[in-house]
Amino acid sequence: MAENLVKKADGFEQPGQNIGRFEEIDKKVAELQAQIESLSRETPENKLSIIAFSGDLDKALASLIIATGAVAMGMDVVMFFTFWGTPLLRDGKKKVRGKDIMGKMFGKMLPKGAGKPKLSKMNMGGMGTAMMKSLMEKKNVASLEELLNLAGELGVRIFICEMSMDLMGFKREEMVDYPGLSYAGVATFLEEAKNSKVQLFI
Amino acid sequence: MSEELRSDKVMDLKGLPCPMPVVKVSKGIKEVEIGQVVEAVTSDPGALADFPAWARTSGNEILKTEQSDGVIKFYIKRNA
Repeated sequence: MAENLVKKADGFEQPGQNIGRFEEIDKKVAELQAQIESLSRETPENKLSIIAFSGDLDKALASLIIATGAVAMGMDVVMFFTFWGTPLLRDGKKKVRGKDIMGKMFGKMLPKGAGKPKLSKMNMGGMGTAMMKSLMEKKNVASLEELLNLAGELGVRIFICEMSMDLMGFKREEMVDYPGLSYAGVATFLEEAKNSKVQLFI
Repeated sequence: MSEELRSDKVMDLKGLPCPMPVVKVSKGIKEVEIGQVVEAVTSDPGALADFPAWARTSGNEILKTEQSDGVIKFYIKRNA
């Protein structure tokens, strides 16, 4: 105790040295603050980012089950529908005009909405898919449309790849009414994915 | 000997497969106060693994698990 006092007293006798010390500490604190800030910027959030690439019934089911399950686990969920996943978000009841010939062709050949995709395996000219769907109904497994509605209710955010839309000639007017549906590109996905603890490509 | 658990809300989730039991219970538990207990009844065998995983992740607590005749009953205390 007495020793400490002596030390303190010594310190007061050399104010110049102390000011130098304080400056040093200030600098260190500022450095640490900057480091903490960059760390918290880099720390992933409790978030799941899914790229819904596949237009197959089975894979789309998987991504929507994981998405809705993740919300239940308390995660923030973002889905990016791109390429073959894009047509799953078309609304079968909406009609649009003014497509060019390629757009019309793609429009006809790709599934129009979440009720239309086929299984990736054992489709057997549609028979396999029909069997799977009736089995799902019998076993009370939610359909793709139901899961999509549920995802909307739960606040799963959905982005659609603008480039896929353009490539396949889809128009925004023919897409489903999904809460907060928006259109974006790769940078939007990467920004979300970078801050997500889990990222999936399905 | 063991005290009978009292629940503040009962959820019948029988017949619902994955992901519905967990999705519904995560919604349902928000309807009771923190500290109250939800009794969730499911017929999904996967729930035996899924409910504890969900509880650990969401910060809630499974007080008791009962199994009988293909039905699983969870008593879940809302902690979060």
